[in-house]
Amino acid sequence: MNPNETPVVELVSLTKRFGPHTVLNGVDLKIYAGQKVVICGPSGSGKSTLIRCINGLEDIDGGEVVVRDKHTGVRYTKPTDIRRQVGMVFQSFNLFPHYTVLKNCMLAPLKVNGADREEARATAMKLLTKVRVDNQADKYPPQLSGGQQQRVAIARALCMNPTVMLFDEPTSALDPEMVKEVLDTMVALATEGMTMLCVTHEMSFARRVADRIVFIDGGRILVDASSDEFFSEAAHPRVREFLGQVLAHA
Amino acid sequence: MIPYDFGAIERALPYLGEGMLFTLKLTAFAFVGGLVIGILLAVIRHIRVPVLDRIVWTYVTVMRSIPLIMVLFWFFFLVPLVLRKFSPEGLSVSVSPQLTAFVTYTLFEAAYFCEIIRSGLLSVPRGQYEGAKALGLSTWHAYSLVIVPQALKAVVPIMVTQAIILFQDTSLVYVLSLTDFVGAASKIAQRDGKLVEFYTFAAVVYFIVCSAFAELADYLRQRRQAKSDVRAPTPIAVTAAS
Repeated sequence: MNPNETPVVELVSLTKRFGPHTVLNGVDLKIYAGQKVVICGPSGSGKSTLIRCINGLEDIDGGEVVVRDKHTGVRYTKPTDIRRQVGMVFQSFNLFPHYTVLKNCMLAPLKVNGADREEARATAMKLLTKVRVDNQADKYPPQLSGGQQQRVAIARALCMNPTVMLFDEPTSALDPEMVKEVLDTMVALATEGMTMLCVTHEMSFARRVADRIVFIDGGRILVDASSDEFFSEAAHPRVREFLGQVLAHA
Repeated sequence: MIPYDFGAIERALPYLGEGMLFTLKLTAFAFVGGLVIGILLAVIRHIRVPVLDRIVWTYVTVMRSIPLIMVLFWFFFLVPLVLRKFSPEGLSVSVSPQLTAFVTYTLFEAAYFCEIIRSGLLSVPRGQYEGAKALGLSTWHAYSLVIVPQALKAVVPIMVTQAIILFQDTSLVYVLSLTDFVGAASKIAQRDGKLVEFYTFAAVVYFIVCSAFAELADYLRQRRQAKSDVRAPTPIAVTAAS
């Protein structure tokens, strides 16, 4: 990664408060194109809040979020603009149950991008095939398994051709036997060069895929290191402690 | 030997038919109009639009606190007075009873629908809104395409009940000297002195229409349930293959 390159996502002194409680305390972060960044930390550390601030699902109390379009390089700071560059996958999938899988994927391109119906359908089918749920295209989300739903959610986000993909604990709500199929999908996405920012507890996934691991504790970034450094013996003691707790359950 | 002349009903059918036509028109208009306005009011309250929220709250509270019969009276007598005050050169304005009926019933229903739909909106998980926003959908699209459809589906049974109540409430138009189905039946019954026959007939007709309505709603709900049935868990072997 060339540090002179302009970052696709930049957080500058990001601050977020919930009432009297400061959840994010002046966070600075730069993400470059093609990087896979895993964000981890103890419960309540602010990791979910961090990525939710990026696409404006949470209002910011201080600082700035900047996202650059991967093709045009145009800089965006307003949430409505940023959302078109950023795709998000949620822990609870958030698929629309009253639309078919295919329609779920076509909706945003049709309504936000004004895409042609056939074009939207073709893109949707292509991406559903990529995540291997094309045979479920005409079913409704409640008829699919959790793993299938999450893969549809990934395809749905990809249909908008985002610059960056955000993942908010994508496998935390899945039964163990379905976690692998979703992680495999995410690995395939990573291999293709997508810029990914992922909040997760799946440390084996992090080790496999992440270029960088960011450890947040108490609203601040404590560690921002390469995957190797993070898992090594020389890591920050707080990280050693955290890994000790998380990996004990693996 | 039954001393009742049910043949009188047959003879009166055309007139009764006119009454029923009015009842149906009023019900349909007030239901659809009330629904459209109700959705708008519900969303305003749900999103908490700054000034409008309070206005809508006041309107809904007042409408739901006053019996329909009084709202009909007030509208019929007060609105012409108010209009006369604001119209140029004190023009004599009269509001027809028909207009009063259609407008008042619609506004009355809208207040009830607002609260019903608002409860529907509250039942839609927040994640649906977040999923829609994360995709870049505007607030308008998020609500019209994702949130409101789900809210409406959630409250279909209550809406059917409300429609049945509205259908029955139309009988109050007699205070405006309008004739609906019950009004028609009543008039002939009193003219011909055949109260039992006509009131029985009216009751039977109401029963048939209202229960048919309820059955339809049940059918629609069951059909929707079958379409989006949650899948039963599959054995491991099948899952691994997908």
